[in-house]
Amino acid sequence: MSYGALLAALALAVAALFAASLLVGPAGLPPGASLRALFGAEGRALVLVMQEIRLPRAILAAAIGAGLGLAGAAMQGVLRNPLAEPGLLGVSSAAALGAVLALQTGLAAAFAPALPLAALTGAALAAVLMLGLAGPRSGALGLILAGVALSALGGALLSLALNLSPNPFAAAEAVFWMMGSLRDRSMLHVVLALPFLAAGAVLLAAAARGLDALTLGEDAAAGMGVRPGRLRLLVVAGTAATVGAATAVAGAVGFVGLVVPHLVRRAAGGLPSRVLPAAALGGAAMLLAADLATRLIAPDRDLKLGVLTALVGAPFFLHLVLRLRREGAG
Amino acid sequence: MSLMSLADLTVFRGRRAVVTGATLAVAPGEVVGLVGPNGAGKTSLLRGALGLLPVRGRASLAALPPAVRARAAAFLPQTREIAWPVTVEDLVALGRLPHRAPGAGLAAADRAAVAAALAAVGLAPLARCRATELSGGEQARALLARALAQETPLLLADEPVAGLDPAAQLAAMATFRALAGRGRAVLVSLHDLGLAVRHCTRLVLMAGGRILADGPPAAVLTPAALAEVFGVRAYFAQTPEGPVFQPLEVVA
Amino acid sequence: MRRAGLALALAAALAAPAGAAPARVVSVNLCTDQLAMLLAAPGQLVSVSHLARDPMVSAMADRAAAMPVNFGSAEEVFALAPDLVLAGTFSTRATVAMLRRLGIPVLEVPPVASLAEARAQIAAVGAALGREGAAAALLAALDQGLAALAAPPGPRPRVALYGANGWTGGAATLSGELVALAGLDNIAAALGLAAGGFVPLELLLVAAPDLVLPGRVYPGASRAEEILSHPALRRAARIAPARPAEADWICGTPHLLRALAALRAARAAAVE
Repeated sequence: MSYGALLAALALAVAALFAASLLVGPAGLPPGASLRALFGAEGRALVLVMQEIRLPRAILAAAIGAGLGLAGAAMQGVLRNPLAEPGLLGVSSAAALGAVLALQTGLAAAFAPALPLAALTGAALAAVLMLGLAGPRSGALGLILAGVALSALGGALLSLALNLSPNPFAAAEAVFWMMGSLRDRSMLHVVLALPFLAAGAVLLAAAARGLDALTLGEDAAAGMGVRPGRLRLLVVAGTAATVGAATAVAGAVGFVGLVVPHLVRRAAGGLPSRVLPAAALGGAAMLLAADLATRLIAPDRDLKLGVLTALVGAPFFLHLVLRLRREGAG
Repeated sequence: MSLMSLADLTVFRGRRAVVTGATLAVAPGEVVGLVGPNGAGKTSLLRGALGLLPVRGRASLAALPPAVRARAAAFLPQTREIAWPVTVEDLVALGRLPHRAPGAGLAAADRAAVAAALAAVGLAPLARCRATELSGGEQARALLARALAQETPLLLADEPVAGLDPAAQLAAMATFRALAGRGRAVLVSLHDLGLAVRHCTRLVLMAGGRILADGPPAAVLTPAALAEVFGVRAYFAQTPEGPVFQPLEVVA
Repeated sequence: MRRAGLALALAAALAAPAGAAPARVVSVNLCTDQLAMLLAAPGQLVSVSHLARDPMVSAMADRAAAMPVNFGSAEEVFALAPDLVLAGTFSTRATVAMLRRLGIPVLEVPPVASLAEARAQIAAVGAALGREGAAAALLAALDQGLAALAAPPGPRPRVALYGANGWTGGAATLSGELVALAGLDNIAAALGLAAGGFVPLELLLVAAPDLVLPGRVYPGASRAEEILSHPALRRAARIAPARPAEADWICGTPHLLRALAALRAARAAAVE
């Protein structure tokens, strides 16, 4: 399959899943009426359901999925390691910790953008720590160990912050923050997250060229005019903006950034600059599908997104680890 | 006019000076061989010259902005790394990055440079194969082609022929000489002194982080220097086939 | 539920042998805290649970502020040397079992789901405390209040109780019964939820209630409560201006009357 055909196929899948996401919901509305309501040509209740409940959910699934796919591809590119992923490396849980702190301190209530900004800060700190702890020369083992440590720390502090909350519901919400969900998100969340997701995408796209050069190692890349320090900064900032915004509104959704870049890599020809767009589309498709599945499997249970992505991602991760072991690269 | 000059250059790895007081210039038309035992500081000298390690003293290339430097000198590192399953063609085309505007595709000149580089290392038939699935020697040639495709006046190559079969070694050295013949220059670190003697126009001998000698091969690889620096005795003669150098035994 | 009431009375009879009213009573449950404070003789109630002091859930937080509180651990309760412990059936199972092993009588009361159960519970706790007279007076006051607040004639606006995570109470709950008494129709019935359940926001919008009674939002933020500030909810339905305080209709006490009055006020505003 040519690269163009790959992108076209992925874009088609995203469009189809986006439409399906708009048409599936507990209210069981007929598709024709749903579409008319989307453009305001139906009863008030229907219009509200389509425009204020299903549309933001579909937009967020697509945008967050795309962002996570991009962030995963970029982190893998900069660490030159196919096991890198914001979720596994603790970047997501640090972002969730930032978001929870903003919410529990009342900062987010006083100043809405504080929520994504705090999540972004958490993600950035974790990403910097990550690159410091497990530089490109430390291999898969160092990377995963550092990621386990950071994830555990982020998760523990998150639980602590929630347990100390005066709100009895918050105390039970660690699962949401660690697994993610798009239920009942509104246009407010879209407005909050989208600018950061877009900024993150721009930063990561700007890193594409440098990531290509980095395929041949840091020295070779430097010899081709790449500034490795600046490149890392771009990826850290882009990943932090993307993962921070995504986590602030939807919780930490794991495995998208791991699975998607890997699935599209060969078909895209391996170079990060080509994997990035394909991973964005693939991530959007995967998250739309996962969110759709949560609604189809147990419509009234608020099934967590991370449950579904982990069901796909965890076996895949094991497969990757086994293969790395066979190749002796661990 | 020189393509690269170092003046009293000290290169640091962390806090430790790994090269001290190196002064060296490379002019167009030269193939300069950088020789010395393991740990002599050859790699550090090359990396320091490019500004990839912190330095004190003057290094003309390190002073350039990275984007400009990438059009002045190409670097082929010793570590052969290909992180992703890219085709040989795409890999070689990476060498064109410094010549392309951000977001621009491959122009005709880029395609020509890639094709020429592939031909120079004899990998044109494998252009569409995945580089990660090639043999080690083929990968080394593909990486060399990448550096060639960068089409810079100067090429710095760190151990480019290590692990290659004899034909590929000879072909690589011939490529370097051809570059020099077209007015470019190559600074290449080598462990194979036989190849160095036959193909380099000049040798720079390093040991213990210092440049000990710099000149024509016969003037640099003297029996005394060989014994002192490498700890070997060698056969070195001018023959009708050109200079022949063969290490013979370890000396105490 | 009738049988539960019977079992309760039986348990009360076992816990407090006739003629020997307990002298030191400890309550470890929010609802028994309030019943005991309403019914106990001066000095009879030694300690209530710490929740009784939380104004978010306790209708008698000010009274409880003057009482010693406990955190419900067996060791703590045992140290108070009670001759009766009042507990809920849904929590602290291990604590209750341990107290019984230590020989302390424990009266467990279930959460009430109707006014009838609330009445039975008031009587049962009164009997266990040896305060039948006080219980009868409390019941009389409750009945009087209910009669005064009887359902008005006229339209019955369709109302949705809507809490964290989209929880709605059905007819078979205490809150559902009060909603009906206040002259409101609960949409939970139309959605087929007798005991209540989680209602996705879009189902709520499609059901189009005349009035939404959103649950109380606790301090500190939670995602579960974010649904209550969803713009679609705000735009689709009329949000009741006055609503019962959470603490007033959690437990089967005469504070239910305050909740009922608030519901009546909400209905009056909606009918206008």
